Amino acid sequence: MKRLGVIVLYAALIVIAVVTLAPLFWMVSASFMPSGQASTFPPPFLPKEFTLEHYSSLFTRMNLARYLFNSAFLALAVTGISLAFNSMAGYAFAKYRFRGRDSLFKLLVASMVIPAQVTMLPLFLMLNKMGVVNTYLGVIIPGMAGIFGIFLIRQFALSIPDSLIEAARMDGAGDFRIYWSLILPLCRPVLITLAIFTFMGTWNDFLWPLIVMTDDAMYTLPVALANLSLEHVQDTELIMAGSVMTIAPVLVLFAAVQKYYIRGIMACGLKE
Amino acid sequence: MGSKRAAYLFLAPALLAIGVFFVVPVLAAFAMSFTDFDIYSLGNFTYARFIGLRNYSQLLNDPLFWKALKNTLYFLLVGGPLSIFVSLGAALLVQSKLVRFKGLFRTAYFAPVVTTLVAVAVVWRFVYHPRFGMLNYALSVLGINAVDWLGDAHWAMPAIIVMAVWKNFGYNMIIFIAGLQNIPDELYEAAAIDGAGRLQQFRSITLPMLAPTTLFISIITMIGYFQLFAEPYVMTQGGPLNSTLSIVLLMYQQGFRWWNMGYSAAVAFVLFAFILAGSVLQSRIQGRVGAQ
Repeated sequence: MKRLGVIVLYAALIVIAVVTLAPLFWMVSASFMPSGQASTFPPPFLPKEFTLEHYSSLFTRMNLARYLFNSAFLALAVTGISLAFNSMAGYAFAKYRFRGRDSLFKLLVASMVIPAQVTMLPLFLMLNKMGVVNTYLGVIIPGMAGIFGIFLIRQFALSIPDSLIEAARMDGAGDFRIYWSLILPLCRPVLITLAIFTFMGTWNDFLWPLIVMTDDAMYTLPVALANLSLEHVQDTELIMAGSVMTIAPVLVLFAAVQKYYIRGIMACGLKE
Repeated sequence: MGSKRAAYLFLAPALLAIGVFFVVPVLAAFAMSFTDFDIYSLGNFTYARFIGLRNYSQLLNDPLFWKALKNTLYFLLVGGPLSIFVSLGAALLVQSKLVRFKGLFRTAYFAPVVTTLVAVAVVWRFVYHPRFGMLNYALSVLGINAVDWLGDAHWAMPAIIVMAVWKNFGYNMIIFIAGLQNIPDELYEAAAIDGAGRLQQFRSITLPMLAPTTLFISIITMIGYFQLFAEPYVMTQGGPLNSTLSIVLLMYQQGFRWWNMGYSAAVAFVLFAFILAGSVLQSRIQGRVGAQ
């Protein structure tokens, strides 16, 4: 009876795993097929002949290097800046006393329920007036600080004992010195988690770059890929190669830092 | 503790950025939703006129808006619970004491979460291809006739729901696993001594203990699912027959394709109102259930 249960359990687990991975597997496989092979019946799981032509034409005909750079640069810039801004604010909310602190923090947390889409129309007009539409700043500026990031760091910084900070102050360390050489190293785990969230979020973001990047040369990978897939509907294998190039960097990053990422999600769920 | 001045300096960059590029746009969008801001106002904002509630009344008479609202609620009310149900099921399976290689299955199930939505939406467009798609091929093996998933107004939304569940269930699964790990083993042991069966243990220990986790998951899932955009944009462009037109897609088309920005702002605020109402409602329900 128990044996049967185990078999059923594993069967269910394996079926879910196959269904989960099959589309990704097929994407990689089709990207190596010669043009037209993915559009045959029955659909082939593996390439009959192996070719890299779609990857090379992505780079030669489709400007892929440029999109890769745009995506990577924007994700890094947004991550770096927002980490600095959010960690300073999160630390201040956790460890300083000032008038209106708690109500301000509550207000910020409550406003997380406002969807970003609400801001997009005026934001576009503002950035247009500033002349940064269709530039890197158009994506970086709205990403400079985030309430979720401040929240995450504040929750973590609360657990740092006040005595540590007092001791550093006794030793003559100034406010910035304490933040830089004591708080930031102590907050390392939450900073890494937040960095991964922000990097992946910016890399995968679609709606805002679609709005603010109006020129082909400024597209991020998702925007370029959406465009490619709507304009070259027939070039299945080429589009799959584009999808691989869009997904692979974040998937590799995830594989490298899985522990922090998973831990971060678990912490978010339990904090509530 | 440290000086107030230092606190303000630490807060300044983030609060300034949030104030100027989040709070101001929210207020501006609210104001805009009462104007006829359109393509002529783009060059000169003073061309926009205050028109009171006309955008909102126009919205109520716009069949396209009702269609988008209905589609979004369909996606949310079917896709949301389905996704939570699959997440919980996967979490229970993976966390089962009888299973080895937990990490392997967990990683496999989680893989779609970290992928780029646009890219996997593109892939699924081909999975759903009526002639050469994997899905119809798999069904044909079972003797089921081909369906034009994305080309049929009845099937397009369910197809998008299945894709979204595939993409998202791993995320909530991880949160459920964290919740499951937080349930003390002693509870199960005590229940077993009292003669409670597996099913009874699940109903009277696991489910109630997961209630806070489930509330959190329901709210973030609802907020996320209300913002449906990339899937229809890439897979169906809102079609066929507007059967996958979502609120955010409507907002995007009105605002950034036709530059009816006043009208589009009104659409955005309706979205906000629904998300707010949904969050409050879910907290209330859960609060009441928890109090019992």
